[in-house]
Amino acid sequence: MKWLRNLDSLVAVLTLLPSVILLAIFVYGFIGQTIQTSLTNWGKDPAQALAINPVLQFVGFENYKELFSGFIHGRFRQDLVNNIFFTVFFVGGCLLVGLSLAIILDRSPKGEGFFRTIFLFPMSLSFVVTGTIWRWMLQPAGGVNQLPSTVGLPEGQFAWLTSRQQVLQFDWNHLPLFTAWLIGLILLWIGVAALRGGEARRGWIALGSAALLIGWAVFIGPRVQLLPFPEIHGFNLAFIGIIVAAVWQMSGYTMALYLAGLRGVPEELREAARVDGASEVQLYRRIIFPMLAPITLSAMIILGHISLKIFDLIWAMTGVDNAPTEVPALLMYVTTFRSNKIADGAAIATILLLLVALVIVPYLYSQLRGEVRR
Amino acid sequence: MRKWLLALAATALTSVSLAQGKLEIFSWWAGDEGPALQALLDLYKKKYPNVEVVNATVTGGSGVNARAVLKTRMLGGDPPDSFQVHAGQELIGTWVVAGRMEDLSSLYKSEGWLTKFPKGLIDLLSYNGGIWSVPVNIHRSNVMWYNPAKLREWGVQPPKTWAEFLTTCATLKGKGVEAPLALGEAWTQQHLWESVALGVLGPDSYANLWNGKLKFNDPKAVAVWDTFGKVLDCANKDASGLSWQQATDRVVQGQSAFNIMGDWAAGYMVTTLKLKPGEGFGWAPSPSTSGTFMMLSDSFGLPKGVKNRTQVLNWLKLLGSKEGQDAFNPLKGSIAARTDSDLSKYNAYLQSAARDWKSNKIVGSLVHGAVAPESFSSQWGTVMEIYLSSKNARAAANAAQAIADQVRLGR
Repeated sequence: MKWLRNLDSLVAVLTLLPSVILLAIFVYGFIGQTIQTSLTNWGKDPAQALAINPVLQFVGFENYKELFSGFIHGRFRQDLVNNIFFTVFFVGGCLLVGLSLAIILDRSPKGEGFFRTIFLFPMSLSFVVTGTIWRWMLQPAGGVNQLPSTVGLPEGQFAWLTSRQQVLQFDWNHLPLFTAWLIGLILLWIGVAALRGGEARRGWIALGSAALLIGWAVFIGPRVQLLPFPEIHGFNLAFIGIIVAAVWQMSGYTMALYLAGLRGVPEELREAARVDGASEVQLYRRIIFPMLAPITLSAMIILGHISLKIFDLIWAMTGVDNAPTEVPALLMYVTTFRSNKIADGAAIATILLLLVALVIVPYLYSQLRGEVRR
Repeated sequence: MRKWLLALAATALTSVSLAQGKLEIFSWWAGDEGPALQALLDLYKKKYPNVEVVNATVTGGSGVNARAVLKTRMLGGDPPDSFQVHAGQELIGTWVVAGRMEDLSSLYKSEGWLTKFPKGLIDLLSYNGGIWSVPVNIHRSNVMWYNPAKLREWGVQPPKTWAEFLTTCATLKGKGVEAPLALGEAWTQQHLWESVALGVLGPDSYANLWNGKLKFNDPKAVAVWDTFGKVLDCANKDASGLSWQQATDRVVQGQSAFNIMGDWAAGYMVTTLKLKPGEGFGWAPSPSTSGTFMMLSDSFGLPKGVKNRTQVLNWLKLLGSKEGQDAFNPLKGSIAARTDSDLSKYNAYLQSAARDWKSNKIVGSLVHGAVAPESFSSQWGTVMEIYLSSKNARAAANAAQAIADQVRLGR
């Protein structure tokens, strides 16, 4: 029987081989090539940018350093800030709207199937279609601003996509300080939680690192200057329209995820809680929401990586060269294919990859570990 | 793999037609501009009936998408036989410096074009002792459009200088015109900037910006931003949501008094809106730029290593000929680059532009690729953004100079 098993594994290897090879070349090979390109000076010299055999020099992390501290790369930093704000509001909005819709539908109203389809429908559109529709509706004199006038109210004046106002402003130079505080406080919380849960070793390590970070933030952080000049970044209000469109598109999908989760909560549990005298609010807070936590995590990961890579929606809504609503993905396109600065574009792409990896890899890791345990 | 695919494609094509040759023309002339290109292609087919012409267009105004496709094709070793490109630095800074184009000086000599095209234009096409492309048409960038009936109603004259413009703007605002200047999305704002710069600096200093003799952070150049800021205060606040056509519409409908836009706006107003030049709309050189013609031009060149070199040379000869230019331009809404074209074929606006083309001083456009390489012009948006978000003329000027140094502008 041994040869049969060998044959089995041979067949398995042979079946997997093509996709492994293709993945190795077209995903990991090209990621490697992009990273390699980002460490060169391809595009710095126009004569080499599009030559048949460009002569490239290795410059190490110079391009990355420039992106984060160079004077003319302020646009990249604003784009990064834009993308992070966009991600926070988009993911938050989708989770909130999706959960609300799911809870309403879970109570089996009349026409549940009909509404479920309606809410899920936007997801079947491509971002370009969504973007074009919303672009029209959000025009300064377009549908959304006209809406109040149908009930006799004055027309809306908000510049959905063209506003140049910025809120939540901060100086780029304070970024390490804020980051240290944020991570320090999170570690503090983890440490306290671990100590309470009886994991002494983990708790003390977390508390120690928290103390280190917060100490740095208090004593050294305020004196750190990333740039020789102040550089103000913030949340551009022109993004509100884009966030509305993106939430409209993806909240139905979030709803479907939550609905599945809600349906997975056994009826017995709900009944047991009710018998024990739990009110509806308590039932949701103590029983149902904790059971939805893994779904929230999956939804955050899926939405988070979409929003970090967002490209086509913004392209369709405000165009590719509109700085107030730009994100790194668009800047990468402009830098590479318009300015011919191929190494800079590759560096932006690599940073984007790292950001997405930051979101996805811990998730994959925990998933895989869970599966191995099982 | 690629060779195999090419071979397959080649056999597929040859089995369809047994033409003597092939010519692939790569351009972004689709939609409204399609008929003009078709007129040229028809003319070519009439002259060389045995050549199969492949019309490869990639849509997208000003070639924004076509240029990206072109780059991937060139980098992938599959250059089209001849491609459309804005004449001047957009071609030179990207493809000529990379050693991808053939010098066309001998063609210019054999066809006698050196005397047929204005010298200012030949200068913009030349680099390193060679001439690198054949211009098909000429558009003018520094034109101010207005609605004559509305101006009479408001009792104002088209301003001659930027100072006058600002006074007129204040007058109109006093009469309840909220935004005397109509403006559109990002690139139209850059377009306005180059007209302001030309007006404030004058043609010589403006040209010096691009050859490096005048620094962007020179007080003279910083002053451009101050005027630009004041001019922007006259513009509509929803600009970045409007296309250039919508900005032109504002003038036609009387919501705004003036619009600075290239003369494709005339084509739009004549062909699409059915207005009569001089009655439905009026024009003047943009303020302070009278006597100067800021040009941009579409041109075709000869990439190295193309498969159908003879056909391409025939194509270029046709493009530069009087016959070819007069077939193309009336339909495109532009004027011929040659100074000997038959003016009776053109409408009133184009006739006036052609007269200016012969007599005016010629400078090139920044936004439309004539005076600065793509590596610079595509980053101009960053400079504009610095100015628009901070209103700090010096910061914008410094950024412009930093980018100019980085891309070695003018060297």
